[in-house]
Amino acid sequence: MAEPMRIRATLKGDIAEVRVLMGHPMETGQRKDSDGKLVALHFIQEVTVKLNGKTVIESQISQSVSRNPLFSFRLKGARAGDKVEISWLDNRGDKNRFEAAIA
Amino acid sequence: MDACRRTTLKAGAALALLLLVPLRALAAGWNKAAFGSKSTADALKALGAASPADTKDIVIEAPQIAENGAVVPIEVTSNVPGTKSLAVLIEKNLFPLAAKFDFREGALPFVRVNVKMGESSNVRVVVEAGGKFFTAVKEVKVTIGGCGG
Repeated sequence: MAEPMRIRATLKGDIAEVRVLMGHPMETGQRKDSDGKLVALHFIQEVTVKLNGKTVIESQISQSVSRNPLFSFRLKGARAGDKVEISWLDNRGDKNRFEAAIA
Repeated sequence: MDACRRTTLKAGAALALLLLVPLRALAAGWNKAAFGSKSTADALKALGAASPADTKDIVIEAPQIAENGAVVPIEVTSNVPGTKSLAVLIEKNLFPLAAKFDFREGALPFVRVNVKMGESSNVRVVVEAGGKFFTAVKEVKVTIGGCGG
Protein backbone atom coordinates (compact mmCIF):
# COMPACT_ATOMS: atom_id res chain seq x y z
CA MET A 1 0.00 0.00 0.00
CA ALA A 2 1.46 3.31 -1.03
CA GLU A 3 -1.15 5.46 0.68
CA PRO A 4 0.50 8.50 2.22
CA MET A 5 1.16 8.64 5.94
CA ARG A 6 2.54 11.62 7.76
CA ILE A 7 4.03 11.80 11.23
CA ARG A 8 4.94 14.92 13.13
CA ALA A 9 6.68 14.45 16.45
CA THR A 10 7.60 17.52 18.47
CA LEU A 11 9.19 17.72 21.87
CA LYS A 12 7.75 19.74 24.74
CA GLY A 13 10.01 19.23 27.73
CA ASP A 14 10.56 15.49 27.87
CA ILE A 15 7.17 14.69 26.34
CA ALA A 16 6.88 14.09 22.63
CA GLU A 17 3.56 14.97 21.01
CA VAL A 18 3.16 12.61 18.07
CA ARG A 19 0.62 13.43 15.40
CA VAL A 20 -0.07 10.99 12.60
CA LEU A 21 -2.26 11.21 9.54
CA MET A 22 -2.98 7.97 7.70
CA GLY A 23 -4.38 7.81 4.20
CA HIS A 24 -7.22 5.29 4.34
CA PRO A 25 -10.88 5.28 3.15
CA MET A 26 -12.19 3.74 6.44
CA GLU A 27 -15.34 2.46 4.71
CA THR A 28 -18.12 1.61 7.17
CA GLY A 29 -19.90 -0.85 4.91
CA GLN A 30 -22.99 1.36 5.25
CA ARG A 31 -22.12 4.02 2.67
CA LYS A 32 -23.63 3.82 -0.83
CA ASP A 33 -21.74 4.81 -3.97
CA SER A 34 -23.21 6.95 -6.78
CA ASP A 35 -24.92 3.83 -8.24
CA GLY A 36 -26.65 3.15 -4.94
CA LYS A 37 -24.54 0.10 -4.17
CA LEU A 38 -23.09 -0.46 -0.71
CA VAL A 39 -19.34 0.13 -0.54
CA ALA A 40 -17.62 -2.85 1.13
CA LEU A 41 -16.30 -2.60 4.67
CA HIS A 42 -12.65 -1.52 4.52
CA PHE A 43 -10.94 -0.12 7.57
CA ILE A 44 -7.75 -0.11 9.63
CA GLN A 45 -7.95 -2.55 12.55
CA GLU A 46 -4.61 -2.27 14.31
CA VAL A 47 -2.25 0.63 14.91
CA THR A 48 1.13 0.21 16.62
CA VAL A 49 3.41 2.99 17.86
CA LYS A 50 7.08 2.27 18.55
CA LEU A 51 9.71 4.51 20.11
CA ASN A 52 13.27 3.55 19.13
CA GLY A 53 12.03 0.09 18.15
CA LYS A 54 10.14 -0.56 21.39
CA THR A 55 6.34 -0.83 21.27
CA VAL A 56 4.76 1.89 23.42
CA ILE A 57 1.14 1.90 22.20
CA GLU A 58 -0.90 -0.88 20.66
CA SER A 59 -4.38 -0.05 19.51
CA GLN A 60 -7.34 -1.67 17.86
CA ILE A 61 -9.77 0.53 16.01
CA SER A 62 -13.07 0.16 14.16
CA GLN A 63 -14.78 1.58 11.10
CA SER A 64 -16.07 4.35 13.43
CA VAL A 65 -12.72 6.12 13.11
CA SER A 66 -12.94 8.90 10.50
CA ARG A 67 -11.68 8.59 6.92
CA ASN A 68 -7.94 9.40 6.70
CA PRO A 69 -7.45 8.79 10.44
CA LEU A 70 -5.72 11.45 12.48
CA PHE A 71 -4.29 10.53 15.88
CA SER A 72 -2.26 12.27 18.55
CA PHE A 73 -0.26 10.39 21.15
CA ARG A 74 2.12 11.51 23.91
CA LEU A 75 5.37 9.74 24.70
CA LYS A 76 7.44 10.52 27.76
CA GLY A 77 11.19 10.36 28.23
CA ALA A 78 11.71 11.01 24.53
CA ARG A 79 14.65 12.98 23.15
CA ALA A 80 15.22 14.94 19.98
CA GLY A 81 16.32 12.57 17.23
CA ASP A 82 14.54 9.54 18.74
CA LYS A 83 12.71 7.46 16.16
CA VAL A 84 8.94 7.10 16.17
CA GLU A 85 7.57 4.30 14.02
CA ILE A 86 3.87 3.88 13.33
CA SER A 87 2.34 0.96 11.48
CA TRP A 88 -1.17 -0.15 10.66
CA LEU A 89 -2.96 -3.26 9.44
CA ASP A 90 -6.42 -3.21 7.85
CA ASN A 91 -9.23 -5.77 7.54
CA ARG A 92 -7.99 -6.84 4.09
CA GLY A 93 -4.47 -7.54 5.34
CA ASP A 94 -3.00 -4.40 3.78
CA LYS A 95 -0.41 -2.67 5.93
CA ASN A 96 1.70 0.43 6.04
CA ARG A 97 4.61 1.64 8.15
CA PHE A 98 6.24 5.02 8.53
CA GLU A 99 9.06 6.40 10.60
CA ALA A 100 10.01 9.91 11.70
CA ALA A 101 12.54 11.49 14.01
CA ILE A 102 11.40 13.60 16.95
CA ALA A 103 12.15 17.26 16.33
CA MET B 1 18.13 -43.21 13.68
CA ASP B 2 19.00 -39.83 12.26
CA ALA B 3 15.91 -39.92 10.06
CA CYS B 4 13.78 -40.81 13.04
CA ARG B 5 15.20 -37.94 15.05
CA ARG B 6 14.47 -35.63 12.16
CA THR B 7 10.81 -36.75 11.99
CA THR B 8 10.45 -36.22 15.71
CA LEU B 9 11.93 -32.74 15.39
CA LYS B 10 9.59 -31.92 12.53
CA ALA B 11 6.57 -33.17 14.45
CA GLY B 12 7.70 -31.19 17.45
CA ALA B 13 8.11 -28.04 15.41
CA ALA B 14 4.69 -28.51 13.81
CA LEU B 15 3.10 -28.98 17.23
CA ALA B 16 4.86 -25.90 18.56
CA LEU B 17 3.52 -23.92 15.60
CA LEU B 18 0.01 -25.22 16.19
CA LEU B 19 0.23 -24.14 19.81
CA LEU B 20 1.76 -20.78 19.00
CA VAL B 21 -0.67 -19.65 16.33
CA PRO B 22 -3.81 -19.38 18.50
CA LEU B 23 -1.80 -17.83 21.33
CA ARG B 24 -0.49 -15.18 19.01
CA ALA B 25 -3.98 -14.57 17.66
CA LEU B 26 -5.24 -14.07 21.20
CA ALA B 27 -2.48 -11.67 22.09
CA ALA B 28 -2.41 -9.50 19.00
CA GLY B 29 -5.73 -10.11 17.25
CA TRP B 30 -8.46 -7.59 16.69
CA ASN B 31 -11.19 -8.11 19.33
CA LYS B 32 -13.99 -9.19 17.01
CA ALA B 33 -16.47 -9.84 19.82
CA ALA B 34 -16.06 -6.38 21.35
CA PHE B 35 -15.99 -4.47 18.06
CA GLY B 36 -18.91 -6.51 16.70
CA SER B 37 -21.15 -5.76 19.71
CA LYS B 38 -24.20 -3.67 18.90
CA SER B 39 -24.67 -2.29 22.39
CA THR B 40 -22.33 -0.57 24.82
CA ALA B 41 -23.17 -3.14 27.52
CA ASP B 42 -22.20 -6.06 25.25
CA ALA B 43 -19.03 -4.33 24.08
CA LEU B 44 -17.98 -3.69 27.69
CA LYS B 45 -18.70 -7.31 28.57
CA ALA B 46 -16.52 -8.46 25.65
CA LEU B 47 -13.73 -6.18 26.92
CA GLY B 48 -14.06 -7.74 30.38
CA ALA B 49 -15.25 -4.39 31.75
CA ALA B 50 -18.91 -5.16 32.48
CA SER B 51 -19.47 -2.70 35.35
CA PRO B 52 -16.89 0.11 35.39
CA ALA B 53 -16.95 2.65 38.22
CA ASP B 54 -17.72 6.30 37.42
CA THR B 55 -14.77 8.62 37.82
CA LYS B 56 -13.90 12.28 37.36
CA ASP B 57 -10.30 11.34 36.62
CA ILE B 58 -10.98 10.79 32.94
CA VAL B 59 -11.08 14.04 30.98
CA ILE B 60 -12.94 13.89 27.67
CA GLU B 61 -12.69 16.85 25.36
CA ALA B 62 -15.13 16.86 22.47
CA PRO B 63 -17.31 19.48 20.81
CA GLN B 64 -20.69 19.99 22.48
CA ILE B 65 -22.21 20.31 19.04
CA ALA B 66 -20.56 18.63 16.06
CA GLU B 67 -21.80 19.99 12.75
CA ASN B 68 -20.29 17.16 10.76
CA GLY B 69 -20.66 13.68 12.25
CA ALA B 70 -18.06 12.32 9.82
CA VAL B 71 -15.21 13.98 11.69
CA VAL B 72 -15.65 14.50 15.42
CA PRO B 73 -12.39 15.12 17.32
CA ILE B 74 -12.27 13.36 20.69
CA GLU B 75 -9.40 14.00 23.08
CA VAL B 76 -9.02 11.84 26.19
CA THR B 77 -6.64 12.18 29.12
CA SER B 78 -6.75 9.64 31.91
CA ASN B 79 -5.59 10.85 35.32
CA VAL B 80 -6.42 7.46 36.86
CA PRO B 81 -3.10 6.25 38.33
CA GLY B 82 -1.67 3.22 36.55
CA THR B 83 -3.87 3.51 33.45
CA LYS B 84 -3.07 0.54 31.20
CA SER B 85 -5.67 0.87 28.50
CA LEU B 86 -8.38 3.19 27.30
CA ALA B 87 -11.45 2.40 25.17
CA VAL B 88 -13.64 4.93 23.33
CA LEU B 89 -17.28 4.03 22.72
CA ILE B 90 -19.88 6.01 20.75
CA GLU B 91 -23.00 4.66 22.46
CA LYS B 92 -25.50 5.30 19.65
CA ASN B 93 -23.31 4.12 16.75
CA LEU B 94 -24.34 0.79 15.18
CA PHE B 95 -21.16 -0.72 16.66
CA PRO B 96 -20.35 1.43 19.72
CA LEU B 97 -16.72 0.46 20.32
CA ALA B 98 -14.60 2.80 18.18
CA ALA B 99 -11.09 2.28 19.49
CA LYS B 100 -9.03 0.74 22.25
CA PHE B 101 -5.51 1.80 23.13
CA ASP B 102 -3.04 -0.19 25.24
CA PHE B 103 -0.32 1.96 26.77
CA ARG B 104 3.03 0.48 27.65
CA GLU B 105 6.01 1.99 29.51
CA GLY B 106 6.91 5.21 27.71
CA ALA B 107 3.40 6.27 26.64
CA LEU B 108 1.17 8.72 28.47
CA PRO B 109 -2.53 7.72 28.86
CA PHE B 110 -3.63 10.30 26.33
CA VAL B 111 -5.10 10.07 22.87
CA ARG B 112 -6.75 12.29 20.31
CA VAL B 113 -8.70 10.65 17.52
CA ASN B 114 -11.28 11.70 14.94
CA VAL B 115 -14.39 9.53 14.95
CA LYS B 116 -17.63 9.20 13.01
CA MET B 117 -20.94 9.69 14.80
CA GLY B 118 -24.21 8.58 13.22
CA GLU B 119 -26.30 10.77 15.52
CA SER B 120 -26.13 12.67 18.82
CA SER B 121 -24.73 10.34 21.45
CA ASN B 122 -22.85 9.88 24.66
CA VAL B 123 -19.16 9.32 24.10
CA ARG B 124 -18.04 6.87 26.78
CA VAL B 125 -14.46 6.24 27.80
CA VAL B 126 -13.49 3.19 29.82
CA VAL B 127 -10.06 2.97 31.42
CA GLU B 128 -8.35 -0.07 32.89
CA ALA B 129 -6.02 0.51 35.82
CA GLY B 130 -4.77 -1.94 38.43
CA GLY B 131 -7.15 -4.64 37.21
CA LYS B 132 -10.17 -2.33 37.71
CA PHE B 133 -12.29 -0.42 35.22
CA PHE B 134 -13.35 3.23 35.38
CA THR B 135 -15.60 5.25 33.12
CA ALA B 136 -16.72 8.75 32.19
CA VAL B 137 -19.11 10.10 29.54
CA LYS B 138 -19.57 13.25 27.50
CA GLU B 139 -22.55 14.05 25.33
CA VAL B 140 -21.97 15.23 21.77
CA LYS B 141 -24.84 16.59 19.66
CA VAL B 142 -24.51 15.90 15.97
CA THR B 143 -26.17 18.05 13.30
CA ILE B 144 -25.40 15.85 10.26
CA GLY B 145 -24.67 12.15 10.84
CA GLY B 146 -21.47 10.69 9.47
CA CYS B 147 -21.87 6.94 9.01
CA GLY B 148 -23.96 6.43 5.88
CA GLY B 149 -24.51 9.05 3.18
